[in-house]
Amino acid sequence: MQGYLWFAAKRFIQLLAVIFFGVSAMFVVTYLSPIDPVEQVLGRLSARSNLSPEAIAATRLALTEMFGTNQPVLTQYFNFWTRLLRGDLGASLMAFPTPAMELVLRALPWTLGLLLSSTAITFVVGNLAGGLAGYFQNSRLLKAFGIFAMGLQPIPYYIVAFIILIVFGYLWPVLPISGGFAMDVRPGWTLPFILSVLQHSLLPALSLVLVGLGGWFIGMRALVSNIVTEDYVTYAELAGVRRDTIVGGYVIRNALVPQVTALAMVIGGVFSGTVITEQVFNYPGMGSLLVDAVNAGDYSTVLAVCTISIAAVALAIFIVDLLHPLLDPRVRAE
Amino acid sequence: MFAVLRDLIRYNTEFTIGLVMVGIVAIFAGLSFFSPVDPTQIYLAIPDQPPSAQYWFGTNSRGQDLFWQLSAAFRNSLIFGITVAVLSRIISIAVGLTAGYLGGWVDRVLMFINDIFVAVPIFPILVLFYFVLRNHMDSFTMALIMACFGWPFDARLIRSVALGLKHREFTRHAVFAGMSTRKVLLEEHLPYVMPIVFSTFMNNMLWSIGMEVTLAVLGFTNINNPTIGTVLYWANSHSAMVVGVWWWVVIPVILIVITFLGLFLLAVSMNEYIDPRSRLRRMGA
Repeated sequence: MQGYLWFAAKRFIQLLAVIFFGVSAMFVVTYLSPIDPVEQVLGRLSARSNLSPEAIAATRLALTEMFGTNQPVLTQYFNFWTRLLRGDLGASLMAFPTPAMELVLRALPWTLGLLLSSTAITFVVGNLAGGLAGYFQNSRLLKAFGIFAMGLQPIPYYIVAFIILIVFGYLWPVLPISGGFAMDVRPGWTLPFILSVLQHSLLPALSLVLVGLGGWFIGMRALVSNIVTEDYVTYAELAGVRRDTIVGGYVIRNALVPQVTALAMVIGGVFSGTVITEQVFNYPGMGSLLVDAVNAGDYSTVLAVCTISIAAVALAIFIVDLLHPLLDPRVRAE
Repeated sequence: MFAVLRDLIRYNTEFTIGLVMVGIVAIFAGLSFFSPVDPTQIYLAIPDQPPSAQYWFGTNSRGQDLFWQLSAAFRNSLIFGITVAVLSRIISIAVGLTAGYLGGWVDRVLMFINDIFVAVPIFPILVLFYFVLRNHMDSFTMALIMACFGWPFDARLIRSVALGLKHREFTRHAVFAGMSTRKVLLEEHLPYVMPIVFSTFMNNMLWSIGMEVTLAVLGFTNINNPTIGTVLYWANSHSAMVVGVWWWVVIPVILIVITFLGLFLLAVSMNEYIDPRSRLRRMGA
């Protein structure tokens, strides 16, 4: 138990370091940029309305105060953190005066739902198929599955999502290709709403799953085809242990350990894929929010989305890491 | 070098297919050097012409000959991918070899930084860069940023090989012969990790070109510079599929799939070649 706590503590420090580094990098990027956020926002504001010079000067003053760009760097950095910890990143410009944080928190469940469900499906199906393909190396069906999954794996998320959109949007329109739920359904914990959400998430999730399958399949097949030649597997076979016990309990379980480590490492990449997939299918998550905010020049919302996504990905990796010792007793004992 | 290539082509069908696919795309991209038209100019041809003898890939709604447009786009994207791959390989070799050879606290610190870089999602950071740089964001700046995030996976791989090399006889000889650490790493250890460097080179190109497509499709790069992503961006902004200019979307997508599959097959087959067990199984020894 003590070993596990030590392990968890180390991972927790890692989590804090990732968030600290990511947020600091964001601050540095925005600070070093040749573009002044105040002027940028001002440009957006005055482009659509007829403001008097006094009003512009007053707005500039208010914005400078809000962004705090007149203060020394360290003070700015310190203020940035205090505001972040209080969860206050200022009002969003595109949905003024809604706080940017509120917009992000509204979008977060959609992205998390899509990300977690598709990652879980991909991980289970890919590893199971890969494990079986490594053990039953002569199966035609599994070979065909392997070629299919490997053929899709290198294609960028955007292209796969786009192809699916063309297939289900133009050639065979059976599933909804846009939005998070049907327009005529009222949000709430009711059956029609949940069904509608599931139906709308099918295509985005499908494109994420299709891209993800190949990586797990290849990795697992390689691991398993090395493990089946181990002596303990031959011994178990000779001793007449049941086939499913060997495959499930001896082979796949051992091969899963490096795959769980890999799971923690790919979550960041899958997040990027989710963001772009959302944009293709007009899904109301963080990705769409980020793109809208960039196009609207909404400084606070862009910062809020970036911060929350860095924190969320780091947290997801932390949780996966904590699951690791449950599979591998050696980590527990250390 | 040539013997390795000959073996790969003879015993590894995937490598040959990948080589042919990448070769086709490379020749196609190379043609852009002889292009009769400037790919950044618009309305040079009749818009919306379907593929024909005169316009092999048709023309788009912006009056560009898609053949030359795509040729330039693939050249720019491939150059972008190679730039990112070269830059990030330099970082990953430096970090991986140093961490593996020196070990101790240097290793711990470098791997701690490494793990941080693995965990930071790059997409929001790139969008943030675009958001603050806007028109200052050219493809070299983007290549630099991506190279800064593209090394950690491969640095870890290289480190694991370097860990094994550290205790080999020849390393001890080199140290006793008075070689400096830098020389040991560059002259003794680097050749051993080169196969990994080559195979991760392809993977890194896949990753960076894919990321560029993603950003460009959203319009988050310099959209006047023809790349794979900006071709699709313009196709989307002219609603090419809806108005029936299908060749503007379908032809680039087919070429992208060929490029990505080709690079992926090369990476996979090289990876397999590195592992002597699977290499021998394939050669039937």
